[in-house]
Amino acid sequence: MSDLEVFVQQLITGLSNGMIIALIALGYTMVYGIVELINFAHGDLFMLGAFMALTLIGVLGIQDQTFATAPLQCGLLFVLVPLFCAFVNGAIDHFAYRPLRKAPRLAPLVSAIGVSFVLLNIGLFWGGLPMDVFNNGHAASAPKDFPALVSNDNLLGDESNVGFTATDLLVVGVALPLMVGLTALVRLTKLGKAMRAVAQDPTAASLMGIDVNGIITKTFMLGGAIGGFASVVYALYNNTIHFQMGFRVGIDAFTAAVLGGIGSFPGAVLGGLVIGLVRAMSDQYIATQWTNITVFSILVMVLVFRPSGLLGSRRREKV
Amino acid sequence: MTRTRELQGYAIALALAVLLPFIEGFAFPGLGLAEDFRPIFIFAILGLGLNIIVGYTGLLNLGVAAFMAIGAYSYGILTCDIYPFQLSFWSATAATIVVGALAGVVLGLPAIRLHGDYLAIVTLGFGEIVQDALRNLETITKGTQGINPLPSPRLFGVDFQSGSYLPWYFLLLFILCSVALLVRNLERSRIGRAWIAVREDELAARCMGINPVRAKLLAFSLGASLCSLAGALWASYLGSTGEPGNYDFQVSVIVLCVVMVGGMGSILGVMLGAVVMVGFNSIVLSGLSDLLARQGILSGENVFAVPGNWKYFIFGLALILVTRYRPEGLIPSRVVKIVAPKKAKGA
Repeated sequence: MSDLEVFVQQLITGLSNGMIIALIALGYTMVYGIVELINFAHGDLFMLGAFMALTLIGVLGIQDQTFATAPLQCGLLFVLVPLFCAFVNGAIDHFAYRPLRKAPRLAPLVSAIGVSFVLLNIGLFWGGLPMDVFNNGHAASAPKDFPALVSNDNLLGDESNVGFTATDLLVVGVALPLMVGLTALVRLTKLGKAMRAVAQDPTAASLMGIDVNGIITKTFMLGGAIGGFASVVYALYNNTIHFQMGFRVGIDAFTAAVLGGIGSFPGAVLGGLVIGLVRAMSDQYIATQWTNITVFSILVMVLVFRPSGLLGSRRREKV
Repeated sequence: MTRTRELQGYAIALALAVLLPFIEGFAFPGLGLAEDFRPIFIFAILGLGLNIIVGYTGLLNLGVAAFMAIGAYSYGILTCDIYPFQLSFWSATAATIVVGALAGVVLGLPAIRLHGDYLAIVTLGFGEIVQDALRNLETITKGTQGINPLPSPRLFGVDFQSGSYLPWYFLLLFILCSVALLVRNLERSRIGRAWIAVREDELAARCMGINPVRAKLLAFSLGASLCSLAGALWASYLGSTGEPGNYDFQVSVIVLCVVMVGGMGSILGVMLGAVVMVGFNSIVLSGLSDLLARQGILSGENVFAVPGNWKYFIFGLALILVTRYRPEGLIPSRVVKIVAPKKAKGA
């Protein structure tokens, strides 16, 4: 493989992973924008979504199928998993965060860490195909194989050194419309307007007759649904899932959201792509075991030196 | 809690802790309860360290495991015979306290400009960086092998390697008491009042002539040195630093749990929190496992029946329930209410 081919390969890998990270980052950014809470459990929600997808595959009996042979059932994953994640995220908000709305700012964050641990434990118990929770107790914590519903064959032909597969296309095909749709929703619809109003000033918004708690719940559900899409795409792209993956992926996504400017949608997407590329290039040109340190260093640097991120607006401290 | 009741609390706790091994030896020989208190003492020291940072000064630190790791590894490097230092227990422990204080300053300098959740995330990042760096710098840290074996201390003519757990029990209890006394005196000193003032209202504290940067940095560095001390004791007690993965985010959350459940800013509370949370993990859960295994119910077939598999759930639920229903913890701080509602957001 020539140097250029290696670079192009890492570019493709980085952008695909970056798209997935961006989808999760959108969930962080939406919630932070509206309630100023780092929804620490979002990464673990994403993990649960992937386990739900695996279970659904078992229930639908499509583990040996592909999108070509069973398009309807496979498409169903993209409906049911986001619904599941939306519902779970809404429930989390209702039970763990809403009672703390008037509490000091760190209280919901601590609660979010608690939720994250609870979800982690659910993931530990959650088995494979179909709802094989027990799997006779064997290797509960082992990574689970995820069936390759989308082919991993190289679209550029077997001779090509650069791999570009249908899974790469899938990532772009799912992520781009979602990002466009979400932006349109927030900019153009009444719900979007209400969300922006609540983000700007909850008290004024409620005086205007907006149901603040309802809007916050809808924001959580929307963020959860996008996380659910990310779960399915991630699982199809990587073909292996693990109950502890939420922490790492969640940190990547949060870094992306902060890098882009938390609260900003284009920022989250840009940040996701940058983090995806940095990971791929660091894997290739530095060393795999230093990649996490690279990402964390970016996170720390951005927070310390430019907390408003690349595209975020600088917020004045309120006394 | 009034002052007399607080003193009574200390006296009862100390008496119970000193008498526990003897009571157990007479009444329930072979139960092994007192043995399991050694990790609890170490986690209590960690909790008291974090308490300075999050309880008094109000800075949420999610990376205390990193300070613990720094303490454990510097203790390992200073005592293990594959390195040239080979210090004694006391001098190595003293050195790790200094190293921990420096680490606290190194993290504190960039981090204290940040507020609330951003600070929390930076400390979390620091924790992960330290853990990965320890794993990757194999030439110094021996990577995933960890540094071992560490020599067993020999103090006051007592060999700590002898079969009995009592030397470690009383050494750790002694160090914990000294730490608690130190923290209690700090709390009532000018420094302690400055921490609490900065926590309650940084602007007002600044107007009163307190330098918030100095106060926060001092809190970070003192908290870090206590956590580092706990790490050194941990490594010495286990005879190995263990692999870097032993100092992961989970440990930081357990320590946070200890402080939150016990009561932020309350020394007695933090110690009770360590007994409740760590005790639950290491005594109740493992006892339950043994019991189930003896009864033949548990044969590794059912993941739900392995109590150890529930630990994330327990720590997570504890955090959720405490923040919602009892934010002041089991034994509320005497000084001021910390996480009680202050003012609505955006006010």
